[in-house]
Amino acid sequence: MKRGHFVALMAALTMLACGALLAACGDDDSGSGDSGSGNAQLIEANPDNAGKEITVGSKNFTEQFILGEIYAQALDAAGYDVKKDLNLGSEQIALRALKGGDVDAYPEYTSTALTSFFDVQPQDIPKDAEQAVDEAQSQFADEGLVAYQPTPFTSANAVGILKEKADELGVQTVSDLEGKSQDLTLYGSPECRQRLDCLVGLQEDYGLRFQKFTPIDIGLRYDVLDKGQADLSIIFTTDAQLSTRDDVVTLEDDRQVFPPGNVTFVARQQAAEEAGPDLQQTVETVQEGLTERVMQELNARVDVDREEPRAVARAYLRESGYIE
Amino acid sequence: MTDLRLAFLSDFADALDFIFNTREAQTGGVEVGGLAEVLDFTWEHVKISAVATGIACGVAIPVGLGLGHAGKGELLAISISNVGRAVPSLALIAFFVAYLGVGFTNVTLALVLLALPPILTNTYVGVRQVDRDVIDAGRGMGLRPDQVVRRIELPLALPSIFGGIRTSAVNVVATATIAPLAGVLTLGDYILSANVYGQDGRLAGAMLVALLAIAVELFFAAMQRLAVPRGLALQQPAG
Repeated sequence: MKRGHFVALMAALTMLACGALLAACGDDDSGSGDSGSGNAQLIEANPDNAGKEITVGSKNFTEQFILGEIYAQALDAAGYDVKKDLNLGSEQIALRALKGGDVDAYPEYTSTALTSFFDVQPQDIPKDAEQAVDEAQSQFADEGLVAYQPTPFTSANAVGILKEKADELGVQTVSDLEGKSQDLTLYGSPECRQRLDCLVGLQEDYGLRFQKFTPIDIGLRYDVLDKGQADLSIIFTTDAQLSTRDDVVTLEDDRQVFPPGNVTFVARQQAAEEAGPDLQQTVETVQEGLTERVMQELNARVDVDREEPRAVARAYLRESGYIE
Repeated sequence: MTDLRLAFLSDFADALDFIFNTREAQTGGVEVGGLAEVLDFTWEHVKISAVATGIACGVAIPVGLGLGHAGKGELLAISISNVGRAVPSLALIAFFVAYLGVGFTNVTLALVLLALPPILTNTYVGVRQVDRDVIDAGRGMGLRPDQVVRRIELPLALPSIFGGIRTSAVNVVATATIAPLAGVLTLGDYILSANVYGQDGRLAGAMLVALLAIAVELFFAAMQRLAVPRGLALQQPAG
């Protein structure tokens, strides 16, 4: 590459980064001219992408906000003209927004996609993440959507219990609850009550009967354990609290009622073609560092430390060397 | 245009079908919808709304009458009760979890706080609007203060009080949709758990809640009309 080109490219990159991240530029020293070169993973702005608009969506909870921000900021660094719509609600709404063209792409869990969109029974979901993604990909393709490679981390529902209570009852797996569950209260989201991958599965596949199932706002899933109202509460394996607290444990799902879900970035075929190859490459590159441990940590920064998802995503991208 | 209208109509037809016939849940495994389930949720919805509105009446009407009669302290009372309305009910429920747990009591209390301000304000204003000459005449005839409240101020303030109850009851019916987030299965479950019930279920839930709110509105509008003392009804149009 000629020197002149290189300088022009760097200038364009800096301008793009600053222009799109106006708010972020004010509070850091990214203008100092340190190029950070030598980092192989660094996302470079491709001038071909300038003016190509991509709207990134997400569902309405912490993990989704963070993922949406990570993808949006990475694509922005790659030179795209990125817009965000990060509070779409449930997967049904998100899917509608995607098909309707309100968003061009959003992150979805393969398990959710298979059960909620494609009528696959939870027990029929492939236990292997790659296989689950293959199946989701072919289903999405029929709908004019493309699903990219999955994230390293897996997110699933889990039965949460205070460690003290688990020791007292002597339970480690969900099966261990047999003969004890009729005296225990279970709390979960309103949806859980009638889902095969939740209460219905616990009742039918494990044959468990609970003293009472109480629907609650998922934001309260740890509160009800802490206040002693719930003996058992449905939580998520990537929850921040599982990495920051050692008094809550999950019971092993030994009969696989809760299907594992890796996240796949789903885009409209047409939008993906217009965006060119950098879209897929950028998305699949930035998610490489997202292990279960990292995702728990990022969730913790938002849920426990009360940081903004935007700032948390930016810190992840920067610490991993994807952006400067 | 025609296509759009037809699509719109078929959405409604699907929602109606959801109300009358059971079907397999979107997520599989269980039957949802159908009249029996709809009636269960409706009954729970009506029950919690009625209890909350009833308690709010029991608190706000006496306080409003007392303040209206005395003609002071209304700023404090109305400011305090408005706090209940300013804080979103969902936040109140989350706050009460620490003290009451989740369930009927918790949701009822949150709804009571939502229902208080309109009833209190309308009772106070209704009493203050009573013609001073009428009260003076009552006093002149030897009525004690409590008799003035019961026999003059309360009857004459009734239309205004019922107006307040009407506003509160409609608010409460609409807000009781969040109850499934705190352990009470109202019609809101159809709206909140659309992944299970599907879009048809969600629309059905929204329609049922809207119908219920309209029914409550009409009921209290009729009550308000009936509550107008005959003497007043001759003076001015009811309502």
